[in-house]
Amino acid sequence: MARTVLTWWIPLLILQSFLLAIAFGSNEVEEEFSESLLLKPLPDRKVLAHFHFENRAPPSNSHGRHHHLFPKAISQLVKKFRVKEMELSFTQGRWNHEHWGGYDSLSSMNAKPVGVELWAVFDVPHAQVDTSWKNLTHALSGLFCASINFLESSTSYAAPTWGFGRSADKLRYGSLPREAVCTENLTPWLKLLPCRDKDGISALMNRPSVYRGFYHSQRLHLSMVDSGEEGLGSGMLLEQSLTVVLQPDTVYDGKDLQPSWSLSSLFGRKVVGKCVLAKSSNVYLQMEGLAHQALWKNEEFELSTQPDRTLRESSSFLYIFNIDKSSDSEPFDLGLTWKLPSKWSCKQAPLHASRFLMGSGNERGAIAILLKATESQDKLSGRDLTNGGRCTIRANVFQIFPWYVKVYYHTLQIFVDQQQNTSSEVLKKINVSPSTDKMSSGMMEMMLELPCEVKSAAISIEYDKGFLHIDEYPPDANQGFDIPSALISFPDHHANLDFKEELSTLPLLSKFKEKSLVRSYTEVLLVPLTTPDFSMPYNVITITCTVFALYFGSLLNALRRRIGEEERFLKSKGKKTGGLKQLLSRFTAKIRGRPVESPSSESTAAAQSSVLSSKLLFKIILVAGVAAAWQYFSTDK
Amino acid sequence: MTKDDGETVEEQKKKPCRFWIWALSSVLFRLILISFAGNLNLSSRPEVSTPLTSIRRLAEGYWLKQASMSPYAGSMYHGSPLLLSLLGLLTVQRIKGQPSHLFCSLVFVIADILSAILLRGIGHKLQMAYGLNARLLGLLKSPTDKEGILPSGDIAALVYLWNPFTIVCCVGLSTSPIENMAVILALNGAVTRRVPLAAFGLVMATHLSLYPAILTIPVIFLLGYGLDAPPLKLFLQTRNVESDNRSSTSSASKQAKSKPTAQLPFLWRTVVHFVFWVLVWSLCVLVLCGLSLSKHGGLEEMFKRTYGFILSIEDLSPNIGVFWYFFAEVFDFFRSFFLIVFHVNILFMLLPLAIRLKHRPCFLAFIYLAISSLLKSYPSVGDSALYLSLWALFVNELADMKFSFFLFCGYLGVSLLSPVMHNLWIWRGTGNANFYFGNAIGYACFQIVFVVESVSAMLNHDRALKKCNPNHQKVKN
Repeated sequence: MARTVLTWWIPLLILQSFLLAIAFGSNEVEEEFSESLLLKPLPDRKVLAHFHFENRAPPSNSHGRHHHLFPKAISQLVKKFRVKEMELSFTQGRWNHEHWGGYDSLSSMNAKPVGVELWAVFDVPHAQVDTSWKNLTHALSGLFCASINFLESSTSYAAPTWGFGRSADKLRYGSLPREAVCTENLTPWLKLLPCRDKDGISALMNRPSVYRGFYHSQRLHLSMVDSGEEGLGSGMLLEQSLTVVLQPDTVYDGKDLQPSWSLSSLFGRKVVGKCVLAKSSNVYLQMEGLAHQALWKNEEFELSTQPDRTLRESSSFLYIFNIDKSSDSEPFDLGLTWKLPSKWSCKQAPLHASRFLMGSGNERGAIAILLKATESQDKLSGRDLTNGGRCTIRANVFQIFPWYVKVYYHTLQIFVDQQQNTSSEVLKKINVSPSTDKMSSGMMEMMLELPCEVKSAAISIEYDKGFLHIDEYPPDANQGFDIPSALISFPDHHANLDFKEELSTLPLLSKFKEKSLVRSYTEVLLVPLTTPDFSMPYNVITITCTVFALYFGSLLNALRRRIGEEERFLKSKGKKTGGLKQLLSRFTAKIRGRPVESPSSESTAAAQSSVLSSKLLFKIILVAGVAAAWQYFSTDK
Repeated sequence: MTKDDGETVEEQKKKPCRFWIWALSSVLFRLILISFAGNLNLSSRPEVSTPLTSIRRLAEGYWLKQASMSPYAGSMYHGSPLLLSLLGLLTVQRIKGQPSHLFCSLVFVIADILSAILLRGIGHKLQMAYGLNARLLGLLKSPTDKEGILPSGDIAALVYLWNPFTIVCCVGLSTSPIENMAVILALNGAVTRRVPLAAFGLVMATHLSLYPAILTIPVIFLLGYGLDAPPLKLFLQTRNVESDNRSSTSSASKQAKSKPTAQLPFLWRTVVHFVFWVLVWSLCVLVLCGLSLSKHGGLEEMFKRTYGFILSIEDLSPNIGVFWYFFAEVFDFFRSFFLIVFHVNILFMLLPLAIRLKHRPCFLAFIYLAISSLLKSYPSVGDSALYLSLWALFVNELADMKFSFFLFCGYLGVSLLSPVMHNLWIWRGTGNANFYFGNAIGYACFQIVFVVESVSAMLNHDRALKKCNPNHQKVKN
């Protein structure tokens, strides 16, 4: 019987698989995966490595739930929570805007605040956005082994309107500055790649060398690509990038040369071939601000491998290497050897932003954001000359305040070149949503319009420190609390790499060719808050209750007391002496070995005390008896 | 004889003169302090400004309102919207070279002076009533004999004006002078039998800080029974003795004794009048608040953010009370239980006090205020200033109060130690929260002793009246 069923079923299954294959074959657009690595020597003797993986799922309905290359976990996430766009980044270390650049696509996209940052745009009705956000944080938390679920509580996220640089009304933004980022976050991130870290460029990610760097930021950006066709769903584009800044090991040779390096010296590994599933697999080397020719061997430096292509940008050269040819026997190991000392500087954002705390003590303080003009500002082309010929720089400030930093918005002061300015001159737009205690975090969005010749601008705002319930403090309460980074963006300034060539086959470069908003994050601030005594709850409860019992009892006693009655009561007490009491007093006297005190009217006080003590004795015996009986019966059962 | 009369008249002329000199000098003292207000930094002291009375929070509320947001957005402002529209504008007015919030300080100084004058009015009435009662009981022989009766009105007004707590509150820009003024206005209205005024004061005080709502009982007693007097029994005894003297038969006196004592007439009409005015003023206040908050959540939002904030003790920043630390430490599970227990503690005492002290409604009001300042969720020294000056109204009755020196030293010690402990904990970080909490516990204990001793001193005074009464002895015999 079973055999006959099998003989019927097997051909059917084979037929079905054929049908499926035909169905797939008919679909022309396929899922694409590409990998690339950008290397860039930095002016301060460091090297930047930017891994970029792009995974594109075309818009289609026929796939159903199945994907060839696109990670299923992410597509399920998108379908379930209807995420329109999302970015998650894990960062350790701080991006050095002065030396590593602040006005290029790389820094504006990949310089992220310390810890975890997550923002997402949803495609759900307004009322459901918060629920979707909460569910998304939980899902991501599980997916990336991080405490992203802490962003669930309404005190840790905000809904920016325009200050974030993306005007979407269903946007939620949250960040966790204290999250420690390590290899347990990288492993699940790598699992989303089709070749993981087994093959191709990602095989370079040797954990010790990646985490030894000065800065590393792993980023996951997900966006929906509208197909534009009716009936077809939207496609998904998943970009994963890892940016690391490494210090090549060098021996100082006294010639002030930039350090020479190779892939194997930076990562301890070589590329032994591309990921076979990748459509394109390239390594780029960007040499910035040098006055040399586009030769790969010149008097200044020398590359170990000949580039396949050289591109010229306005201020830099790009050498493109294809790693298709590399194999186990002939691994790809790009090296750069400097011959002459050289110096260059990176393009800077128009204003350099930093943030600090003012004041001392644990009661109040002030937060100040300082914007300093950078040297390269004059060379900038992105000025806005619309304002009646007056040259101005516009800057948006976006800042989230946790509720325990109680900000007084009326104390906002703006100083331009150390001169206090009335708000309306400089402050063009402000949007504030104040924080509610234990309910929601505060948010401030400001648009400043500063004159171009400004040297420095400072914003200061005062705050009171909140006092928390003992359960609300983290285990290391005395370490302090973090205020998330402020985001400064320059809406008139856009960064891009200016190529003349058509670059649709090179995903990373076509991405850099698009204009991106210049933005920079400030430092995370550590605010120490006062702590109560964590060992005191019982003491405080008992002492306070005792004081109130004292109040209630003594006041009621004062009200109740009637002196005349008391006198009469005492008199009547003095007259009568019960037989039992006499017996007891005799008994106690015998125990004490003293003669019986005759209860006389003179020593009423003594009699009273003996009566009191006998009463007390009786009560104690009674209570003890009851307790013993209770103990006996309760243990019996 | 005529010479003596002239002297007394001169003395009487001199006394108000002296009072006004002292009052003016206190105002001058305040103005001098205000010019140094920036250096004193009193407005950020936790003893002076609570989340309810802080001027900075009021300024924040005004800013939010100007930015077309609800003044209650965020957890900053928790006061009345009417106060916001009155004082809000003054917080942003500035004169160059002068301390900020100068206009607000001037408003608070004026409020203090008005309170002192109103207190003086109350004091005069009480003093007259005291003299009258003493004469009726036969303690004072001639109607002009005023020996031993202290001018309680002047004393109370000066105590209010020169109390360091009041001065600190006034200079430290807390809104409690205005709250205190509303309370004193209610009492003054009730004492002088201006019913609309009493109702207005009570409604405003309740609107501003909720706790004066319990003053409804003493105000109704004041309007219904009249001013403070010794217990009715004493007067009846006096009358009985007089009748005894006339008839001089023991049986008659026995009959009179057993006869149910005549009830003091309760003026229902005045009280109904008062209730009517309370309703009218509450309606006015609610309508005005509703209008000013019509765009931002309306009255429901107001009640939630003012009364709700007071009752639920959300803000755990330190103050001189004990609740902030208690609710910062207590387990969440018991939070609502203890909230109920502590609020009910005020309510539980109302009835016993009202029964025992119904013949002294002004004193009852003083005790209620002292209790509410003890059990308030966000107490400040402004509340103590109010009840201490009301206490001075009863200097005649409370002359032989026990522990007064001990209490004086206690209040002094606490007010000196409190800034020290706060500094050690918050600014230096060498002490911890227990230091400041211990201080607050000490303060609570002193207040308790103060309340209990005042009550028992007043009851003892009534007893003493009974004993001193020459007729009393006769009745006994």
